Amino acid sequence: MLAWLEQFPLLAAGLAMLGLGGLFGALLGFAAVRFRSEGNPIADQINAVLPQTQCGQCGYPGCRPYAEAIANGEAINKCPPGGEAGIQALADLLDVEPIPLDDEHGEEAAAKTVAYIREDECIGCTKCIQACPVDAILGAAKQMHTVIASECTGCDLCVEPCPVDCIDMLPVATTLRSWHWPLPPADRSPADIIASDRDTAGGAAPSHDDNRDQAA
Amino acid sequence: MLADYSFLLIGAILVNNFVLVQFLGLCPFMGVSNKLETAMGMSMATTFVLTLASACSYLTYNYLLLPLNLGYLRTISFILVIAVVVQFTEMVVRKSSPLLHRVLGVYLPLITTNCAVLGVALLNINKSHDFAQSLLYGFGAALGFSLVLVLFAAMRERLAVADVPEPFAGAAIGMITAGLASLAFMGFAGLV
Repeated sequence: MLAWLEQFPLLAAGLAMLGLGGLFGALLGFAAVRFRSEGNPIADQINAVLPQTQCGQCGYPGCRPYAEAIANGEAINKCPPGGEAGIQALADLLDVEPIPLDDEHGEEAAAKTVAYIREDECIGCTKCIQACPVDAILGAAKQMHTVIASECTGCDLCVEPCPVDCIDMLPVATTLRSWHWPLPPADRSPADIIASDRDTAGGAAPSHDDNRDQAA
Repeated sequence: MLADYSFLLIGAILVNNFVLVQFLGLCPFMGVSNKLETAMGMSMATTFVLTLASACSYLTYNYLLLPLNLGYLRTISFILVIAVVVQFTEMVVRKSSPLLHRVLGVYLPLITTNCAVLGVALLNINKSHDFAQSLLYGFGAALGFSLVLVLFAAMRERLAVADVPEPFAGAAIGMITAGLASLAFMGFAGLV
């Protein structure tokens, strides 16, 4: 075989490269299946649950880093914007006990808010611009600043640096455009909910299994 | 025997350092040395790829190309081998350490074009190393690359906050530092 191939160097070269290519292709194909991964699946899922305010109140520079920290064992109760509902969702996702929000990192806002600058009081110091994690404040030194309401995540970080206290956090009014039909909790199969559970299904309702244990 | 191997290793790490003496693999050397952390990640990835690619290209050359008298195809087949090894490494790293994968980001595929990798494979053949020697030479080259990259990254972290005259700031002072480091490494000549 080898001796025969040596008579046709061109054929040998072609076959050798084809063989190599085929072999490596098969190897990579195998590796693609064997080492398949969707990023870091658990960190991605945690990140999807976090509110994406990028406010840094948890002590991490944003939601994604906090999601990774949680994936590596950080406590789940450091996200004030997510509130108790967020902690509950994280606890369900990670299969751990929900724990109360750590007030060291701030308190849960009652409603979604948006920053509003009282523009005639603004002295143009740019301090709130530097504090804003999502660049939602527009302005320049000694010019009036204003908030791009659609970009504001309501994280409160601009309120504290303002030397003249001209920033208010206003609750966002629900309009026809922004109202959403609340989604049913996705993590429960319908069979687990009985009619009287419906209102509390997402929260601290005793689960069906507990009832069964008590009955037994 | 052992002495030969250690000479080979020291030669590849210090005396004929691939970056500062042979001037191979300069793009990752300048590109990834801004932060110590990325430099370390890059070093680890390169060490893995270089050693593996060195062994694989030895096997390809001696058991496929030589028997078929296709020695002239070595460059292109080595490129193929290296590309596959890099791709494979990327998949393994992405699976095993997503954090490292994000730190390395675009640099991992860039190892493909790291000329040190191809250089080691071709030098192995020029120096007619056997399999163990090839493996060791690749590993030594990678260690040398890592050493220099990490040292240089540490220096550049300091340089970033140093009071450098404006015309020299940024990449320029990096180049000058690299030149000085290269001079220093030339001092190892004659060690082995």
